[in-house]
Parts: sequence; C-alpha cells; structure tokens
Amino acid sequence: MAAAAKAKNAKVPTEPGVSNSIAAFSKDEEVAAFRDMLNIRRFEEKAGQLYGMGLIGGFCHLYIGQEAVVVGMTMAQKDGDQLVTSYRDHGHMLAAGMDPKGVMAELTGRSGGYSRGKGGSMHMFSREKNFFGGHGIVGAQVSIGTGLAFANKYKENGQVAVTYFGDGAANQGQVYESFNMAKLWKLPVIYVVENNRYGMGTSYTRASSTTDFSQRGRSFDIPGEQVDGMDVRAVRSAAERAFEHARTEGPYILEMQTYRYRGHSMSDPAKYRSKEEVQKMRDEHDPIEQVRKRLLENKWAEEDDLNKIDKDIRAVVNAAAEFATNDPEPDPSELWTDVYV
Amino acid sequence: MPIEVLMPALSPTMESGKLAKWLKAEGDKVKSGDVIAEIETDKATMEVEAVDEGVLGKILIKDGTEDVAVNTPIAIILEEGEDASAAAAPAPKAKADKADKDEEPAAEERAEENAPPDAPEKGPGPDVAPSAVATPPKPVIEPDPEVPEGTEMVKLTVREALRDAMAEEMRRDGDIFLMGEEVAEYQGAYKVSQGLLDEFGAKRVIDTPITEHGFTGVGVGAALAGLKPIVEFMTWNFAMQAMDQIINSAAKTLYMSGGQMGCPIVFRGPNGAAARVAAQHSQDFTAWYSQVPGLKVIAPYTAADFKGLLKAAIRDPNPIIFLENEILYGQHFEVPKLDDFVLPIGKARIARSGSDVTIVSFSIGMSYALKAAEELAGQGIDAEVIDLRTIRPMDIETVIESVKKTNRCVTVEEGWPQSGVGSEIVAQLMEKAFDHLDAPVLRVTGKDVPMPYAANLEKLALPSVAEVIEAVKAVTYRG
Repeated sequence: MAAAAKAKNAKVPTEPGVSNSIAAFSKDEEVAAFRDMLNIRRFEEKAGQLYGMGLIGGFCHLYIGQEAVVVGMTMAQKDGDQLVTSYRDHGHMLAAGMDPKGVMAELTGRSGGYSRGKGGSMHMFSREKNFFGGHGIVGAQVSIGTGLAFANKYKENGQVAVTYFGDGAANQGQVYESFNMAKLWKLPVIYVVENNRYGMGTSYTRASSTTDFSQRGRSFDIPGEQVDGMDVRAVRSAAERAFEHARTEGPYILEMQTYRYRGHSMSDPAKYRSKEEVQKMRDEHDPIEQVRKRLLENKWAEEDDLNKIDKDIRAVVNAAAEFATNDPEPDPSELWTDVYV
Repeated sequence: MPIEVLMPALSPTMESGKLAKWLKAEGDKVKSGDVIAEIETDKATMEVEAVDEGVLGKILIKDGTEDVAVNTPIAIILEEGEDASAAAAPAPKAKADKADKDEEPAAEERAEENAPPDAPEKGPGPDVAPSAVATPPKPVIEPDPEVPEGTEMVKLTVREALRDAMAEEMRRDGDIFLMGEEVAEYQGAYKVSQGLLDEFGAKRVIDTPITEHGFTGVGVGAALAGLKPIVEFMTWNFAMQAMDQIINSAAKTLYMSGGQMGCPIVFRGPNGAAARVAAQHSQDFTAWYSQVPGLKVIAPYTAADFKGLLKAAIRDPNPIIFLENEILYGQHFEVPKLDDFVLPIGKARIARSGSDVTIVSFSIGMSYALKAAEELAGQGIDAEVIDLRTIRPMDIETVIESVKKTNRCVTVEEGWPQSGVGSEIVAQLMEKAFDHLDAPVLRVTGKDVPMPYAANLEKLALPSVAEVIEAVKAVTYRG
C-alpha cells in the first residue's frame, strides 16, 4: 500500500476545526520547491558516490525520497525557528540554508566542514542557521527539541522548535516524556514524525502497536494529523497549521508519510522490502517528479528550464564535492580543541 | 564528457567486491537513481545506482568478476550523442577469471590513479604528529581567592550553602533556572531548594514530572539554546535513566559541533550511600562521570566548598556533574560571609598538613580521612589530608607535591574499587611520582558488592576510619 493512498484515508480531520486542506502553489513556489528538493537529491546522490569512493566513511544515511518533508516544512517556517533532527540530517541542513561545501566537507572529515571534521555525517550543527543537529542516538533529539522550545517560551521570543524524528524513534520512551512536558508547559514545538516505513530493517507495522503516529500524542491531548509527505504542497499546508498552533497553543504532531529510496545507511542492502515496492514509489509518488509534472502541465516551465535548474544544482554540488575532496584534513592539534569551552 | 562509474565501497570496511550482475546493457539509457548493477560485498548483495544521466556506453568489468577493488572504473556513461570511442578510459584489465592473480595489483593501481589526489588513506594515517597527540593543553587554574582578614565566618549546613549559592547566582543572571522533581512547591526532596520558588517564581523554579531522561534532554536543549539550567536529580541513582543525554548530548556536543554549541548546564543532586536504602539508592557515581571528556565533575565536602564551587559551576560554560551527599546535607561548616564567594574548579584543598603520609579523598570520604588523621596523630603519625573537591579535571599536581614530601599515599572513597577514583590516583602516581614512593599506594574503598540493606552489612560495605588507619599503617610500615 502506498503512503499516498494511506494519506487519503487520513483526510478526516483529527481535531475539530482543523481542515486538512491542501493549498495550491504559485508558480514561484513550485519552482522554489522543485529547486530545493532537487538540491537535496543531487547532494545526496553525490554523497552516496563519494561514500562509494571511500571519501566518506562510517555511517552515511541518505534522505533521497523524503525531500518534500523538510522542504515543505521549511516553506512554512519563520526566521529564527529552530530545527533539530536525527542522523539522517543532510537534507535538513541544506533546507536550513547551510552551505553545501561545509556540509560535504564534514562528510569527508575535512577542516572546512561545519564541525571542522570532528562530527561527521551524523553530527553537524549551525548556530547561525538555527540548526541544532544532527543527533546520532535514536530519539535523543526529541527531548532536546523540546528543550529548545522550552527556551523559546522562557525567552518569549515567538520562535518554534521543529523537531524531526522517524517512525523508529517514535517508540522511544523519551518521546513520550517530552510530549507530556511539551503539553504540560504549552511549549512551541512541532514534532514531525518522518514515517518512512522502516526503522532500519523493520517495517513500522512490525514494530509499532499502533501505526497512526499522528495520534501518538492523544494521551497528552496533543493534536496531530497524517500528511502525504511525498506531496510538498500537502506538507506546506499542514506545516502552516502546525506553526500557527505551536506559536499560540503549544505542541503539534505531524506524521509525514514518506519513503526512503535508499537503504537505512550506505551499507544496508535493504532486503526487507521488494524492488517493486521501491520502484512503485519512485514511479508514482516521487516528490520531485510531482512538481516537475505540474510545472510542465501548467506551462510554468519548459523541460529546458528545469534541465537548466538541474544543471546549476549539479554544478553547485560538484563544487561542494570538489571542495570536500581537496580541503585538508583537520590539523592534528584539533584533536584537543573544543572539549571544553 | 564521458563519466566513469567506479566500483563503490558499500560498507565502512569494504575494500573489494564481486560485480555480480549488470542490470543495464551497453546502449541502455540510464538516469540518476536507476539501479545499474548488483555487487556482492563481504556481507551482502547491494545495488549500485547511477548518479549521472546518459547512455551506458561501455561496461568495463564483466558480470561475475570477483575481487574488484573499490574505485576501479566499471563502466562508462556517455552523454546524449557521445560515442563510446570518445571515452578515454583505460582498457579494462580486471578479468572474470579470479585465478589470474597478476592482474589484481593492476586493478588496485588504477583505482589509486582514479582516486582524487587528496583521497585519504584507509585506516589510521601515520601523518598525525605524535607530539601533537601526546600533549593535551593544560588549563591554568587560579588558586582559591584570599578571604580578607576579619571576614565574618558563619556556620551553615551544606544544604543552606547550596541553596544560597543557587539563589545568589539566580539573582545575578536571569538565564539561570532550576528544574527537577519536587524542587519547587515541595521545596526540594531534601529541602535544598527551600525558598527558591518564593523568590524566583514558577517560571524559574520548575517542578518536572518523574521523567529523568526527558527533562535532562529538555535541559540540554535549553542549554544549547543559550539558557543556563540547573537540573536537580532527586538522587544520582535516577540519573542513570538520563545517562545518554548527559554523556552523548551534554558532554560531546561542543566537540562534535567544532566548538559551535556549548552546553552550559549543571546537573546536581545527592550521590553515594545514604542510610539503609540498599543497593538501588546507594551508589557512588564519581568514577563513572570522571571518565568522560567534556564533563567537569565536582564532589566537595565542606559547606564553604559546596557554596563556592556550585557558584563556579553555574557560571562555567561547560556541563558540570555536581555530586552532593545526603549525609552531609545537615552538617555544619564555617563559610566566609562574602558577597561573592567563588572557588576555582579543578583545585584540590589541603585540609590538614602533615609529613608522614598523604591521604587523598573527596566528598564524604573526607570524614573518614580526617577522623583517621586525628587518631593517627595520637599515635605519632602525621598525615596530610587532601580534599580533591574536583575530580575532573583532577588536581594531581597537589597530590604529587604532597607525596614528594611524605613518600606514601592512601586514597579513600565510598565508591567501588575497580576503576575507581583511587585507581586513577594510583596510576598517575606510578607515572609521575614513582621515584618518590616508599610504599605501594593503597586504596580504601567501598566493598565490591551492591549495597546491602541490613545495618551490620551496610556498615561493612562502606569504608571505615579503622580501614583508613590500617592502610596508613601499612604504607608507613608501622605495626
């Protein structure tokens, strides 16, 4: 069953007065969404390639297939809103406006990386862009994101902490400890469950007693909705409702029904699902293709225009790869820095 | 321009693999995301996706080829309209025949040629200068501030000293808040936060649900966002629920972020054995936390040290483990009455001068050490007693200076023996003061068992003054 098909079943509002309507995009919005999603995809493809060449080591979790989630969310957020996520974090960093060169150089463990080569794929941060990581422990970012929201409320700064986690993390205990406090203290936080249907190699249906993650806040009276996470417009519309609620009322849960095309990490052969399942998702629900199709159908762009965008993105990604390949490794003295302030 | 497709590494350890199957043929169109081949690694069969678009111009390595080194070109992708002959790639040399060993190095060689010029070598590189590795920078720690002559000394309990420290700091800085179970309306499970809710209100003195893992993460998040949380654990035993957030998030984020994200937070609460609460509520975590780079670990004994060091901890931009002790909460000590009494983190205190033996301890261990020193004085043994106060960074220099004078050393702690704080002191003395020792250093510790409930067994499980005296006599060779 496709995620999108499931999403249709979820069109029933889960909260009185909340409509799960999807607003259409203007031409500029479509183009922007196309560009931002393609930017992530091309970056991730390149990262996979550099991993294959031995330039990126360790674990490397690609975001390919899930691009509409972070791009749609970002379209609805305001300057100053914070973002925190798991180790599948490259897409979130690019969406937050971080420099692809710095991200790629961190993947290759070089001095020009965001963490000066000391964090790697799973641990990257940017105070400037309000990106609070990049966390390698499943579920840890959920209470940290709740803490960011706590700080927003404490400082009365009107900002929202957007806290992403997967369907796997959704079963961690600290998630519910966080839900409880977030609701108790009316913290401005959006919990975005990126349900890509597999927690590593285990289907969410085999790991979760209830699989409607949007309702996981029900015991705490936190509203939530299921969203077709492959449709960037649906994501943006849901995000707008969530931000509005978070800024005025408190926590909100969005379950993004999405899909990752690649394995859990680079070394995952993904034998737990059929090729047909992956191919069907790519053919019928690809988030980028959906936008491409609309742009062409509405005559808002020609093939050539879109190819030009792709070419420009490839140039930026190639430049990032070039930088990440040639940038020096960190100086040995870096071993001892940043242990203490 | 023709694009080479390279044999990919598909796991952190893969160096070569079998090209099991081509799923596209020469002349087929490919676009990024298409699976073009299957590769068998040491662990699994993996799919290779095309990254670039075009036509599969030439297959360089045939199906079934084993031991294809990572980074060997395996195919050429051509752009629309290009000819395969335009590909300037070297002719493929790897053979389907695995027996043809001669060709193996050639494939590897080529892999190197095709690797980017600055590709890092696999495995630990020899280019790390040993000198750089061997010399962590040594922080300069100022001595205790002078207490001006004539300063009034007031008797305070440890509990009051802690409360005063928090209140003074909270008055100074609006970003400081206290959170934990029962810290607000109940006034603290051990009444350490007495009066703070009245003075600072519910915004800054926050009762949490019984949710250690969650509220520790919330504290860490708030600290990353720039606030300065004080997180009280009702006891450190419960902090084990939150160990991941303390170690993996609080202690490591500064390093992992290349210095961008500091975590100014104080975790505090009673540590070690109370009385008759048995195994799950009686444990000394000092050694555990003291192992972790990124944390500072403080475990004072006197009320003055508790006050001065808690104030320092709250001001410190790093995550601090502040270990109190329930038995000490009610004990009185003299505290200088000063507007702003702050002590340096990382500095030991010589609690008693002596010349015959050095006894090193911290926290409640000091009570055994000092009583033993008193009794030993009566028997003609003049012990020097050092209160470490901070366990990490440890002021080993003060211990070494003392050992240079006494040539003998005994450590005292309530924690378990293996890999304890005493073990660390012993190791450091071996490395740095071996020539000054006239006897093996002995450790007096809690016994290597979970804390029993029965009163007599509990007493046996803890260190005693008699054990300290016995150890001192052993290292001084007095019968």
